Amino acid sequence: MGHSDAPPQARGWWQRLRAAYRDVPISAWLVGMAAAVLVEAFIGYDLAYWLGLGNLPSFFGLSLIFKRWQQLPAIIAFIVLVYVLPALVATYFVRRLAARWRGGLGLAQRLPSWAYIALNLAFVYLILHFWAQANDYRLLVLRLLGVNIILTLSLNLVNGWMGEFSVSVAGFMAVGAYVASILMVWGFADDKVFGPPVFPEAWAPFFFPIALIIAGAVTAITALAVAIPSFRTRGDYLAIITLAYLFIVKSSIENLDFLGGARGFMGQPKVAESLLIVFVWVVLAVWVMYNYVSSTLGKATSAVRDNEPAAEMMTVNTRKVKIVAFLTHAFWSGVAGGLYAHIVGYINPGSFGLVKSAEILGMLYLGGLNSVTGSILGTVLFTLLSEILRPLKLIKWMVIPVILIFVMIKRPRGLLGFQEIRLPFLERRSQADKEVAHASAGD
Amino acid sequence: MPLLEIKNLTHFFGGLRAVHNFNTTIEPGEIRGLIGPNGAGKTTVFNLTTGVYKPTQGQILFDGQDITGKPPHQIGKLGISRTYQNLRLWGNLTALDNVKIAFYGRIRYGLLGAFFGLNGRYEEERRIDQEARELMALLDIEQYADMVVSGLPYGIQRKVEMARALATKPKLLLLDEPTAGMTPAEMEETMEFVLYIRDKFNLTIWLIEHKMRFVMGLCSHIQVLNFGEIIAEGPPEAIQNHPEVIRAYLGTAVT
Repeated sequence: MGHSDAPPQARGWWQRLRAAYRDVPISAWLVGMAAAVLVEAFIGYDLAYWLGLGNLPSFFGLSLIFKRWQQLPAIIAFIVLVYVLPALVATYFVRRLAARWRGGLGLAQRLPSWAYIALNLAFVYLILHFWAQANDYRLLVLRLLGVNIILTLSLNLVNGWMGEFSVSVAGFMAVGAYVASILMVWGFADDKVFGPPVFPEAWAPFFFPIALIIAGAVTAITALAVAIPSFRTRGDYLAIITLAYLFIVKSSIENLDFLGGARGFMGQPKVAESLLIVFVWVVLAVWVMYNYVSSTLGKATSAVRDNEPAAEMMTVNTRKVKIVAFLTHAFWSGVAGGLYAHIVGYINPGSFGLVKSAEILGMLYLGGLNSVTGSILGTVLFTLLSEILRPLKLIKWMVIPVILIFVMIKRPRGLLGFQEIRLPFLERRSQADKEVAHASAGD
Repeated sequence: MPLLEIKNLTHFFGGLRAVHNFNTTIEPGEIRGLIGPNGAGKTTVFNLTTGVYKPTQGQILFDGQDITGKPPHQIGKLGISRTYQNLRLWGNLTALDNVKIAFYGRIRYGLLGAFFGLNGRYEEERRIDQEARELMALLDIEQYADMVVSGLPYGIQRKVEMARALATKPKLLLLDEPTAGMTPAEMEETMEFVLYIRDKFNLTIWLIEHKMRFVMGLCSHIQVLNFGEIIAEGPPEAIQNHPEVIRAYLGTAVT
């Protein structure tokens, strides 16, 4: 009888490990990850050298798995020594410390929820920052990952919450990328077409957010041309019209000579070099879109998907709901495009083709429809996957679809379809808020 | 003043005349019945009233206001709500969200609130949440609030749909076969329930039903529709023995 209450008898090291880490809060894991990153910063290079890896494995050694498979034991040793062990040890001690030192926890509880969330986000950023500092490749991949998170989540609004099918992500991206690039080049670069810089160079970092917002807004306006005719009906029309949009945008840019045509457009001032800028935009995008889909006003989007006539009868302005979702998708895709242009520093119409749209769709359906955390997870997994498979070159684009098909068979709605992973360190701590409210009501 | 007044309503689907010269006047607080054989055009009358179709001819006045040709979400906001013959819930959402979304027409925080949490969004959301839960408690389904609606038993789904219809704060509630698929015992329960919500929410109810016991027991006035035209109307007793009604339902003897 008492068996269920007693701590589970340890049968093997694996079970014992799982039992020890079962209820560890995410904040403790964050500390663990920070420890891993610091360990890598201090001994990573030397360890990599001693293990015969030569250089620091830039992406967990993932791209080496297929390229130099003989080094697999060394890679695993590196990951265990640098990431897994320090993370586990640090997490364990932080947890024991926290259990002993309740006063500190109480302090964290008493922070207003925005400060608590900001603190945790800052911590996440610091981890990423120190990890990315090790080499430029990581920095680039992380920034592009941020762009892809914005794209995937914004696409999820239309393909997931609204239940239509849009393939114009790359088209929206292109519009945003070119608009933002034109604004920044006109403002801050000496260009043959746009003349000498209009503003002093020091203003560039401050003008960049404005340029991105304008880029997003222009993208949304062009999207309105798609939205108005296609939302009179339901079904596959949106897919066809957005496909047309994608091709129109692409061939327009190819034929606009002052934008460099098919040769591309460059000279963007370097305003998105730091990870922080991309991180802030990703947080902003996720926050805004999460706010929307968690409000009753935004949930009406799903009502339109599940049964449009009933939604209309229950006072939902279905036309407005659909247009808002689609324009939000376009806006954030445009912003992401602008970010992309300034991260890469060179854009050409070829980078915004159907393949780009398909890639984002892959991330979306891998992660799961109707899920903010799913979109993030899908993007991260997809990026890791394409890192692992990079040495396979062309075959990569046969392996990834097969994996996607397998996911679709096993989990038709994607890994996290219609569900969210709870992230306690980012939640409004309603329980604590309630207790505070009760206490003050009692006084 | 009547709550709903329909004058000379006629509707064509292409060449097919679905409703012809339909007239009705429903007083506040009334429970009105609309019966007729399958395909008589009953649901079409409901769809015309709620703005799903634009009538070919005729006029619909609700609360003294002409609502002919208005879109359903505006008509819904003015105070007409309905349930469906085959449930039309939002299957992927929880029961609570199904009820909450019906508050859409009265949400004041707008897009700024939705995107940025401004305009008192969190207070308003809390209020909507509370009101929706109260409504569900009234219908005895509060324990299903956080479950996805497509997984709930049929009877519960019917109640969720009713809660959703009531959440728009209607003055006139249209019930399209509210007892479809119910056992006689459940039907009795539904009869009491209809009377209860009428009194509780000061509703006027207009219902389509095939089960005569249900219609005769609830309605003070019944209209019978066949091939889109009213063939008889009056109090239940008069309808029961009306020769036209018997002929419409049972056919005529071969002579």
